[in-house]
Amino acid sequence: MTVRLQREDFDVNAEVAALTRGRADIGAVVTFTGLCRGSEAGEPIAALTLEHYPGMAEAEIARHVEAANARWHLLGVTVIHRYGRIEPGENIVLVVTASSHRQDAFAAAEFLMDYLKTRAPFWKSEERAGGAQWVEARQSDDAAADRWEPAPRRSEAAQ
Amino acid sequence: MKILYFAWVRERVGKPEEEIEAPAGVSTVGDLMTWLAGRGEEYAYAFENPRVVRAAIDRTHVKAEAPIAGAREIAFFPPMTGG
Repeated sequence: MTVRLQREDFDVNAEVAALTRGRADIGAVVTFTGLCRGSEAGEPIAALTLEHYPGMAEAEIARHVEAANARWHLLGVTVIHRYGRIEPGENIVLVVTASSHRQDAFAAAEFLMDYLKTRAPFWKSEERAGGAQWVEARQSDDAAADRWEPAPRRSEAAQ
Repeated sequence: MKILYFAWVRERVGKPEEEIEAPAGVSTVGDLMTWLAGRGEEYAYAFENPRVVRAAIDRTHVKAEAPIAGAREIAFFPPMTGG
C-alpha cells in the first residue's frame, strides 16, 4: 500500500509501473484520476485550494485502504492526494488498485473514491470571480459512501 | 489539550490551533463546542450551527457525544470535500 499526500503533481503511468513492476500475479489495474474543473454550475473557477489535516488525512486514507483490503482480494493499492493550489485541468487525486481479476479492482477503486470524498479530511476552496468560496459537501457524495455499508467480510462476499 | 480548526471553522475562529484547558463539566465534544462558542464573537460564529461542525479526537472521526477525557488533540472542521 502506498499513500502519499503531496503538493506536486503525480505521473499516473509511473505510479502504475511502480505498482506492477516485477509481478506476474496482477491481472487487472484500475486507475481513477480526479481533475480540477474550470467551472462549477456554469460559473468559472480560476483554481481550487485544498486544505488538509496533516497526520489525520494519511491515517484516514490508510484505514480505508485496509478496509478495502479486507473486503476485496487486492494485490496493491496506491492513493495520492494533492493539496495546495490546483488549476483547472490539473490532477487532484489518484487511486490505483491492482488485483488478479477486474471486478475486485473496479469495486475497490470506487469504494476508495467514495470514502475519500466524504471521510478524508480535505476541504476545497474555489477561486471565483466574487472571491474564494468553500465548497459545500454534497448529499450525493454521502449517499455514494453510504451504499458500501455494512461491509461484508471477504469470505462471505465470495460465497 | 490542543485544539485544531480547519477550513471555514479556522477562518471564523481566526486561528489554526490553540492550547486550551476545558473547565470541569465539559466532558463531551458537544460540551466543548458549546463552551468554545461562549468564548467570543468569532467562536460563536464558528459554532453557530454545531450540528454541521465535524470533530476528530486524536485524528479519528468522532460524534458530538464522544467523551474528551484523555484527548491530546481535538479538531473541528466542516463536512469534508476532498477527492
